[in-house]
Amino acid sequence: MDGSKGFEDALTGEQKIRNFNINFGPQHPAAHGVLRLVLELDGEIVERCDPHIGLLHRGTEKLMESRTYLQNLPYFDRLDYVAPMNQEHAWCLAIEKLTGVEVPRRGSLIRVLYSEIGRVLNHLLNVTTQAMDVGALTPPLWGFEEREKLMVFYERACGARLHSAYFRPGGVHQDLPPALIDDIETWAKEFPAKLQDIDDLLTENRIFKQRNADIGVVTEEEINEWGFSGVMVRGSGLAWDLRRAQPYECYDEFDFKIPVGKNGDCYDRYLCRMAEMRESVKIILQAIEKLRAPEGQGDVLARGKITPPKRGEMKTSMEALIHHFKLYTEGFHVPEGEVYCAVEAPKGEFGVYLVADGSNRPYRSKIRAPGYLHLQAMDHVAKGHQLADVAAIIGTMDVVFGEIDR
Amino acid sequence: MSDLLNELGGHIEAKRPDCVIGWDVTHGELNVDVAPSNIRGFVEFLKTDPTCKFSTLVDITAVDYPERPKRFDVVYHFLSMYQNHRIRLRVAIREDEMVPSIVSVHPSANWFEREVFDMFGILFAGHPDLRRILTDYGFRGFPLRKDFPTTGYTEVRYDEEQKRVVYEPVSLVQEYRQFDFMSPWEGAQYVLPGDEKTEEKA
Repeated sequence: MDGSKGFEDALTGEQKIRNFNINFGPQHPAAHGVLRLVLELDGEIVERCDPHIGLLHRGTEKLMESRTYLQNLPYFDRLDYVAPMNQEHAWCLAIEKLTGVEVPRRGSLIRVLYSEIGRVLNHLLNVTTQAMDVGALTPPLWGFEEREKLMVFYERACGARLHSAYFRPGGVHQDLPPALIDDIETWAKEFPAKLQDIDDLLTENRIFKQRNADIGVVTEEEINEWGFSGVMVRGSGLAWDLRRAQPYECYDEFDFKIPVGKNGDCYDRYLCRMAEMRESVKIILQAIEKLRAPEGQGDVLARGKITPPKRGEMKTSMEALIHHFKLYTEGFHVPEGEVYCAVEAPKGEFGVYLVADGSNRPYRSKIRAPGYLHLQAMDHVAKGHQLADVAAIIGTMDVVFGEIDR
Repeated sequence: MSDLLNELGGHIEAKRPDCVIGWDVTHGELNVDVAPSNIRGFVEFLKTDPTCKFSTLVDITAVDYPERPKRFDVVYHFLSMYQNHRIRLRVAIREDEMVPSIVSVHPSANWFEREVFDMFGILFAGHPDLRRILTDYGFRGFPLRKDFPTTGYTEVRYDEEQKRVVYEPVSLVQEYRQFDFMSPWEGAQYVLPGDEKTEEKA
């Protein structure tokens, strides 16, 4: 192959062909972050695919062991930075389960509202960049315009566009002003039309269909073998959604459907995501209605040892001042025990396994990211596909390296 | 929910008394302690038994308790999408012990076991490809063990003269601060410099 022997094969009529190894990434726009794939190709067919991950490993779990529970919360924004609040949610639920804190109704509704905004944020990014991976440039531009509006809602609720640190153990950090709720409602009414535009652009697009239909087919057996969750499951026709199956927060009182696919290929998963965004908008509108109802008024934090006192109280009460100081220096103590709490993050089941030893720091916390399992199956799913399909499969698996590498 | 889990725990113990060391339901979650040698067969049983049907492996991780003779707890989480319940298995092992790999039962255990090996140095017998996964190429040590410092041992920087990234031992301008937040009256025994002799006198 190196050419030093001349064209020997021309004389013997035989060629020695070996498979071709290429590196895909770590700096490849379709790798959705820092993913290095070592691909073994036979012609253009992928024979083996070995993902090398950990290039964005920051040791979150180790760092968490030396920080208080509240200081650990912002680390969750940095896991899946596409939908930050959904991650925080799992952490708050784990702490609340161990401490036995009840979240007040308004706090709970705001959490649902912002979890669904996170879901739309994530799916908008995924659907449109998936289109970009297979060759369309317009959808990301349209999608990012909508994402920008949602980021503004994030900013108006908590002051940060991305790393929000808004969900706190015991509720949410601050109440939403009525004007913000009105604006979210206005957006939720306009958004389906924008979604329809993207829909018109992609769903019946010939190139998009050719690149996605029948690519990366996942069966029920493979789902069980590889531990898939989220859209990877629903795309194959299994109506599995933690919001419905094991309801957390107040999802059980919301009316929404769980879209499922039929063939379990990239195209069905795309359709699922589009339908899920429409369902999320429904949930957002219901949440807004409930937030305006008289039962939806009140405090957003469960006032107690794990949450700060009200600002006004601190001006007059010495105990409140001491409580505030102790809470933000020492932090609160969580009773001994271990729990696993999972939420239906946009990408799948995002879970936190928390082992507490009764101190103000977690003894061990394990973050279970859905993308980790999805990417693991990359070798299995991509085998036998063309090289160009690898980008489509990475796109449909919806991987973000913040959460995979932790 | 807890009643159902109690029933399930009883069922599992009755079916596989040789594997189950103990079980309990706390915080609405079913915990089962399993002996390391039986783990593969037990996981296989959980997967196939119609009452359990734990089809999905959710997570494998470990917890380090340096003060215990059986230093590590390897923790498995399973989920049944069909029966809609979860289970947690705990396997206590010594530092020099190996755990049988469950990759043959759940292929998704592959990366989880690699991660546990990477982070804790626990070996899995029968794993097809036990390489490091999250840490740097050529990394040494097991970061999530409690005796591994949070700062690590090496740091990297780009060297302008050598025109490449170089590894150096960590040098901290200020010591890494770890507060214990314990009450000075009942917390740790602090030794004041020069005060050691007062105890001897008394």
